[in-house]
Amino acid sequence: MSTIAIDLANVSKSYGSKMVVDGLSFTVAPGECFGLLGPNGAGKSTIARMILGLTPPDAGKITVLGVPMPARARLARRHIGVVPQFDNLDVEFTVRENLLVFGRYFGMSTREVTAVIPSLLEFARLEGKANARVGALSGGMKRRLTLARALINDPQLLVMDEPTTGLDPHARHLIWERLRTLLSQGKTIILTTHFMEEAERLCDRLCVLEAGRILAEGRPHALIEEQIGCHVLEIYGGNPHELSALTKPYVQRSEVSGETLFCYAPDPEQLRVQLRGRAGLRFLQRPPNLEDVFLRLTGRGMET
Amino acid sequence: MMGQGCAAALPANPWNWIAVWRRNYLAWKKVALASLLGNLADPMVSLFGLGFGLGMMVGPVEGTSYIAFLTAGMVAASAMTSSTFETIYAAFGRMHAQRTWEGILYTQLTLGDIVLGELAWAASKALLAGVGIMIVATVLGYVTWPSALYALPVIALTGLAFASLAMVVTALAPSYDYVVFYQTLILTPMLFISGAVFPASQMPGGLQQVAGFLPLAHSIELIRPAMLGRPAVSVGLHITALCIYTVLPFFLSAVLLRRRLMP
Repeated sequence: MSTIAIDLANVSKSYGSKMVVDGLSFTVAPGECFGLLGPNGAGKSTIARMILGLTPPDAGKITVLGVPMPARARLARRHIGVVPQFDNLDVEFTVRENLLVFGRYFGMSTREVTAVIPSLLEFARLEGKANARVGALSGGMKRRLTLARALINDPQLLVMDEPTTGLDPHARHLIWERLRTLLSQGKTIILTTHFMEEAERLCDRLCVLEAGRILAEGRPHALIEEQIGCHVLEIYGGNPHELSALTKPYVQRSEVSGETLFCYAPDPEQLRVQLRGRAGLRFLQRPPNLEDVFLRLTGRGMET
Repeated sequence: MMGQGCAAALPANPWNWIAVWRRNYLAWKKVALASLLGNLADPMVSLFGLGFGLGMMVGPVEGTSYIAFLTAGMVAASAMTSSTFETIYAAFGRMHAQRTWEGILYTQLTLGDIVLGELAWAASKALLAGVGIMIVATVLGYVTWPSALYALPVIALTGLAFASLAMVVTALAPSYDYVVFYQTLILTPMLFISGAVFPASQMPGGLQQVAGFLPLAHSIELIRPAMLGRPAVSVGLHITALCIYTVLPFFLSAVLLRRRLMP
């Protein structure tokens, strides 16, 4: 196996006059979890589709698992598992039938698929649901079945487009735990997300995207340290612009997002002392995270 | 770039489509009874309604009873409608709303494999519908065996041709609302011009010439003699015409679908 799982070099894609991906380059090493982080419309799904060979790039070169895409897409996809943004399970089929049918698309015989189904169901925590119709499953169970389905060909690489969007926190944590298990087994994962927490928890490296360009790339904690590097004090309940002027001498930097003022301050206690006595203000002091990085790089929040 | 596009639009090998066919077969098995009744009810109603009703008034047609004449036409017409409906409604749903095709494209199957599997499946349903009518008509004594056996491959080929044509409609239709035009403006007139319900020779000369190009007319020219135990003429011509109607729209739809689904 090659030493690079995914290699994008100067990849561009536009639809009509709209540039969706703009001169993008990055590499993903085998066994790594790489995140594409950005708001809706940043080009994440288009990048995922190009990696799968389902959309040809206008310019640039894409190599996945050592073969050029989309020219040898069929060969590469034999070793890729996909978790799409929207479930496309067969709702009229049972859990087992979904896996059986999908395994056949990879050229597996009924016997071969049947042999791997129990371990896939166990992995997806769906042991008791083999004969349940997909229509009767919860959102979290459907996602886990989609994950099990993506593993049916024992892929080296998993491409996941917003794997936990729309799930409740419990279901999301269960998916994250399963993904960490896959990483510990040596699988390579590339995932798109707009959840900072997801990116921080799972990704070895990530790139922050906006409008098809990379704003920053690196390890989550290195990015946070490099871009923010101090505590954050969120202030609610006042006029954020007025407060911004008032706090200016005591902060490294501040950003207004909606009704909230984000103060990046080496000494947040000193800042609080200054604002003591002003009625109606609420404070949240916390360590910096990727949301702050995104806010700093784009001047606005991720959730749109 | 063109070469890559073609590779995605064409079948990857001669057997990949079978997995798609089996997926549809599994889904169909769950609703087989309702589906069979639905497939057979419409042509049966036409057969009995027109056959017995009109048959009493019109007397023999082309040397046989009107109902026997009509039965052969209905077999061909039901192959046409069942494979068309499977493609413009069911396959369209698997492509559009259910995103089934999207899931299949994550695997080693190409778009061409999917289209071929869908066409083969639609042709299977056409064969089922045609055979269903033949069985009923046999019980009633309107079918000549064993020559009717020759009709079976023609029914399958008719299903394939109409599925292929319908796949072009599926590739182009923005939503279900648009496929209705194909049904009302193309299929229904074709049913009457092609000699399914009355002999094409009764039509004005211009329409007869049009009929010479219609796939349903070619299908009927093969199925009717087989079911009535008569020798068919110009067999090679009719089969060639049906094959052209299968192959050309297949490639066209594959290219159109690649543009639509892999932009």
